[in-house]
Amino acid sequence: MIPAAFDYRRAGSADDAFAQLQKLGGDARVLAGGQSLIPAMRFRLARPSVLVDINGVAELDYITMNGALTLGAIARDSAVERASWIGERGWSLIHDVSRVVADPVVRQMGTVVGSLCHNDPSGDWPAVALAARAEMVVRGKDGQRTVPIDQFLVDSFTTAVQEGEMALAVRFPAPDDRTAGSYQKVERKVGDYATAAAAVQVSLNADGTVRGAGIALSSAGPCAVRVTDAEALLKGQTPTADLIRAAGEAAAKQSDPQADLRGSVEYKKNLAGVLVSRGLRQALARLGVQS
Amino acid sequence: MSTDTTIKGSLGVPMKRKEDPRFIQGKGNYVDDLSFPGMLYMALVRSPYPHAEIAGIDISEAMKVPGVVAVITGKDLEAAGLGWLPTFHGLDKQMVLAIGKVLFQYQEVAAVFAESRGAAADGAEAVQVDYNPLPVVADPFTSKKDEVLLRPDREAKTNHIYHWEVGDRDRTDQALQASEKRIRQRMWFPRCHPAPLEPCGCVAQFDKMGRLHFHVTSQAPHVYRTAVSLVTGIPEDKIHVISPDIGGGFGNKVPVYPGYVCAIVGALKIGRPVKWIESRTENLTSTGFARDYHMDVEIGAKADGTVTALKVSTTADHGAFDAAADPSKYPAGMFGIVTGSYTFPTAHAEVDAFFTNKAPGGIAYRCSFRVTEASFAIERGMDILADELGMDPVELRRKNFVKKEQFPFPSVLGFTYDSGDYHKTLEVALEKIGYQALLKEQAEKRAKGELMGIGISTFTEVVGAGPSKHFDILGIKMFDSAEIRIHPTGSGIVRTGAKSQGQGHETTWAQIVAEELGLDPQNILVEEGDTDTAPYGLGTYASRSTPTAGAALAMAARRVRERARKIAAHLLEVGEGDVEWKDYKFQVKGVPAKSVTMKEVAFAAYTNMGQNEPGLEATQYYDPPNMTFPHGAYIAVVDVDRDTGEVKVRRFLAVDDCGTIINPMIVEGQVHGGLTEGFAIAFMQEIQYDKDGNNLNTNFTDYLVPTSLETPHWETAHTVTPSPHHPIGAKGVGESPNVGSPAAFVNAVVDALSPLGVRHIEMPVTRDKVWRAIRDAEAKKGQS
Amino acid sequence: MKVSIKVNGVQYEKDVEPRTLLAYFLREDCGLTGTHVGCDTSSCGCCVVVMDGDRAVKACTMFAAQADGHEILTVEGLAQGGALHPLQQAFWDQHGLQCGYCTPGMLMTSYALLKHKPNPSDGEIREELAGNLCRCTGYNNIVKAVRQAAETLQAAPATK
Ligand SMILES: Cc1cc2nc3c(=O)[nH]c(=O)nc-3n(C[C@H](O)[C@H](O)[C@H](O)COP(=O)(O)OP(=O)(O)OC[C@H]3O[C@@H](n4cnc5c(N)ncnc54)[C@H](O)[C@@H]3O)c2cc1C
Ligand code: FES
Ligand code: FES
Repeated sequence: MIPAAFDYRRAGSADDAFAQLQKLGGDARVLAGGQSLIPAMRFRLARPSVLVDINGVAELDYITMNGALTLGAIARDSAVERASWIGERGWSLIHDVSRVVADPVVRQMGTVVGSLCHNDPSGDWPAVALAARAEMVVRGKDGQRTVPIDQFLVDSFTTAVQEGEMALAVRFPAPDDRTAGSYQKVERKVGDYATAAAAVQVSLNADGTVRGAGIALSSAGPCAVRVTDAEALLKGQTPTADLIRAAGEAAAKQSDPQADLRGSVEYKKNLAGVLVSRGLRQALARLGVQS
Repeated sequence: MSTDTTIKGSLGVPMKRKEDPRFIQGKGNYVDDLSFPGMLYMALVRSPYPHAEIAGIDISEAMKVPGVVAVITGKDLEAAGLGWLPTFHGLDKQMVLAIGKVLFQYQEVAAVFAESRGAAADGAEAVQVDYNPLPVVADPFTSKKDEVLLRPDREAKTNHIYHWEVGDRDRTDQALQASEKRIRQRMWFPRCHPAPLEPCGCVAQFDKMGRLHFHVTSQAPHVYRTAVSLVTGIPEDKIHVISPDIGGGFGNKVPVYPGYVCAIVGALKIGRPVKWIESRTENLTSTGFARDYHMDVEIGAKADGTVTALKVSTTADHGAFDAAADPSKYPAGMFGIVTGSYTFPTAHAEVDAFFTNKAPGGIAYRCSFRVTEASFAIERGMDILADELGMDPVELRRKNFVKKEQFPFPSVLGFTYDSGDYHKTLEVALEKIGYQALLKEQAEKRAKGELMGIGISTFTEVVGAGPSKHFDILGIKMFDSAEIRIHPTGSGIVRTGAKSQGQGHETTWAQIVAEELGLDPQNILVEEGDTDTAPYGLGTYASRSTPTAGAALAMAARRVRERARKIAAHLLEVGEGDVEWKDYKFQVKGVPAKSVTMKEVAFAAYTNMGQNEPGLEATQYYDPPNMTFPHGAYIAVVDVDRDTGEVKVRRFLAVDDCGTIINPMIVEGQVHGGLTEGFAIAFMQEIQYDKDGNNLNTNFTDYLVPTSLETPHWETAHTVTPSPHHPIGAKGVGESPNVGSPAAFVNAVVDALSPLGVRHIEMPVTRDKVWRAIRDAEAKKGQS
Repeated sequence: MKVSIKVNGVQYEKDVEPRTLLAYFLREDCGLTGTHVGCDTSSCGCCVVVMDGDRAVKACTMFAAQADGHEILTVEGLAQGGALHPLQQAFWDQHGLQCGYCTPGMLMTSYALLKHKPNPSDGEIREELAGNLCRCTGYNNIVKAVRQAAETLQAAPATK
């Protein structure tokens, strides 16, 4: 299967990429890892008339860690998976997800920012970014702006990136040393999108009560879902087995999945609850708390 | 004369494969690797509708696309008398390109020929087809009602294709009535697809003299030649079919597909070579699917577990055309093997097949014509019976096995099982897996509410179609053939009518010949797939290569040896009767010091043959006297996660008995591969249609092929009961694991859930299904 | 458009359509048909090649234009001076292939894997090869082959 014909532009720099997008308007698309875009083009479900390839833009290919973690637009899933800090417990959510997105070869090309811009309701990164309270750096006509992830993820395959704009980076706030996370995904096989998945990030106070929790679901609605009820339930509380179960139940309730080949609505809702509870238990275990 | 004692036996040796050096270096020669000057690419326009009238086709925009050279439609083909293509077992015909209407989603509607892949795709997109949707029949039970007639082109105005039955219905019904215990279960063996990693494809090329050279991914090149000749009217001598390296077949590359006919017509009409390589979507949506059998299984037994009767009634979904690749007289293939490894005093099996608005097929996917369906029915049924009886499924099987001394065993449904030792194979499996320890562990786990299951399958397969009095395809009897030529320096070339798709014929055939002739297998070249050079054969599928072509080969080698004996006598200066074949050479009877090697004889055959006919070669056609009956005992151990329905296959052991083993390394590899496909079928692989007839599994994102991570680690072992009628005692193994394993997996899952009262679960056993089975069972328990 | 790509040490300068996928560029423009195509969804891994020394990528999901100025290693470039690469030898020794269609992709993914993890466990091998499908072997022997190659390469690191 061969894509419809298009024009190809290689961006030399972020400015250049942005300038091209501004000039070309709605027909142009950013080509990042291409792992979503190219298959869509091969099926002719996507037919941009111009691609602006940012793969060669060295200044977008970075992972910086100075407290916060910033991933440039061309940082690959595999680079995250192999980063030296990945073993630190504060980044356990990121560590977990970097090993289960797509498959190991797709991860060599696929980018974190591309995934967020794609905003597939079954994608892994959107839920993780929600749970970790990430923010996106977007380049627009008026320069760069920072968009909180909740506002960035607008709807299925729709983000706050407007026509002619591009995302430059995603930033994950620094976790303190009483923060850990977990990503729980049920997939039919490697390379499949989630049947259901839960991203969990928990920060504890010194007394063991929950200072804050980020809980989000993939494949649970038209867009990744922040489980606000579960987050609220946990805040300020000591995480007991009952509380964890209640958080799971809140997730199952808030999950609004569609029936498809991966499973029925009831099954997916059940999974949302099970996975949130499991994620909480694992995150807490990583903080040395058995629950 | 000779002192050469280096020749050792070649049979049973795990010889490394001779074909591998080319594959590991990227030097394979698959059909898409071929390229000819002036070659065009073909793309097919396919129907988005499962059932629709074609009101019109407008090709004018397509013809304007740069690079497009020609477009053909069903009307063009019909005008040329090429509108329809006979299906292999001769009960039906199939449209090449849609004529008047389309009958399944993704059906071929028009063919576009262009200078490049891209232009062909652009052209296909630009063909405008006007469809008027018609009511869709998406399942055989709706089809049965005949409310919508799908095939008005056929004489019989019904969607019912055939009724087939075997066995004694009345006696079986009576025995079931009279039985002390009786079970009945509907089982659906869902539609699945072989999905070899290399899709189907071809290059059609006419040479300057108008002879067709047809390069095609075919498991049966000679049958293709005959079929192409019958369809196109091109004399068979003007057709040269070449099946190059094949990237997996598993039955998918047996039928002749519409795209092939279009490519040939395009090449002829335009006068340039045409390449057509289907996409993965085309592969999954339009080429030979397998199974889709809805089976009602009934077993009767005495209270002590002795089985008394088996009855299986099947409703089969054959799709829009009856393109099932079964032998003519066996529309339901070898389904009669459904009595399995057990001594049923009476049995009855029937199959009714129906048209639906789904893709045609019903091919033998890594199995010998419907044997997988039959094995699943009986092996699942035996477990349900064991549950009903409250008996260990192992004990139930032991009790009812055909005993070693009963072979050759005439089954009530008409087969004569050649040989076997079912008790022994099962005992080896139980011992090796540690059955008793597993039972103990399971009891402990159950006490804690954990779900662990052990699943057993002790199947019997029937392969190697087949004896000419019963078996033919398109009227051609299902024999096979081999030809051997030994060169002066003792190397040789071997050709058969079979065609390897990964089974390693280049190695195993060389081993058979080397064993029979005392030559070095490294210097026996094996060539297959070229109809100009290979003797006529029916090809490789249904595990038939070793039972048929392999047998032909051993016999051809023995013919060579008989001719060589004469020359040896001449060299040894004794009478032929005084020469014996011993230790891989000819020697004067009782005088081991006086001997000649085959290599020396080969040289003499061209340089010093005395009064004998020069040269050293033989051809053998082999009409098997019977089928062969491999069997096995498989055990799966699974753990089930209550909360998510996840099933983890913790262990899987396959003990196979495929008779004499030619190359144990290759046999083991075949078993690993077959088990992996059986695993996929049991847990994830399915072609589903929605009620409107839309195919839901159109590429690898939804048609799930397991990766290294899901696939269990396989354990294997063997028992050896040679086939008494096969020249070297081999039975064939490629398909046993795929035939025998699905029931083991499902039996294990059901066993895990049995404390909850679950008795059956349909394939593929998805997490969702398992979770719901647990939930429903628990809800039921709560109520009672 | 013009692209210049070094494949197995040879510089190829070609004029291609932007929509030319790298897999077809290698197969049809360079004549290197060892890289196969088995799907349209970046799922099967038959097309895997190594980019810039240690990165396994699916050549069916990348445009030739994206590889402009880069180095690509395909299965044809593995053997050096007539000697099989230890991975090739190991796949042969361990019966890690049957039909051979997945083999080039398996070899190239394994090649990149061993660059990053020279001594992987069986579990790690299974994880890292999960982007490559094989329909024939059931993976047991592929895992064994990669282990053998890892051991050979570790014993004689010069033969890379
Ligand atoms: C076999 C397979 C399995 C997969 N499984 C999963 C999975 O399990 N979970 C999962 O989350 N994903 C999965 N994916 C998707 C994969 O992770 C993609 O790589 C990812 O979603 C998109 O990232 P990319 O860099 O490839 O983006 P591209 O495909 O290049 O782009 C995707 C979209 O985002 C736009 N875009 C990209 N970057 C920017 C930018 N900087 N600014 C503005 N717009 C931009 C593009 O224009 C395009 O519309 C799978 C993909 C494949 C091929
Ligand atoms: S061809 Fe299937 S992943 Fe590239
Ligand atoms: S060897 Fe055939 S697909 Fe792997």
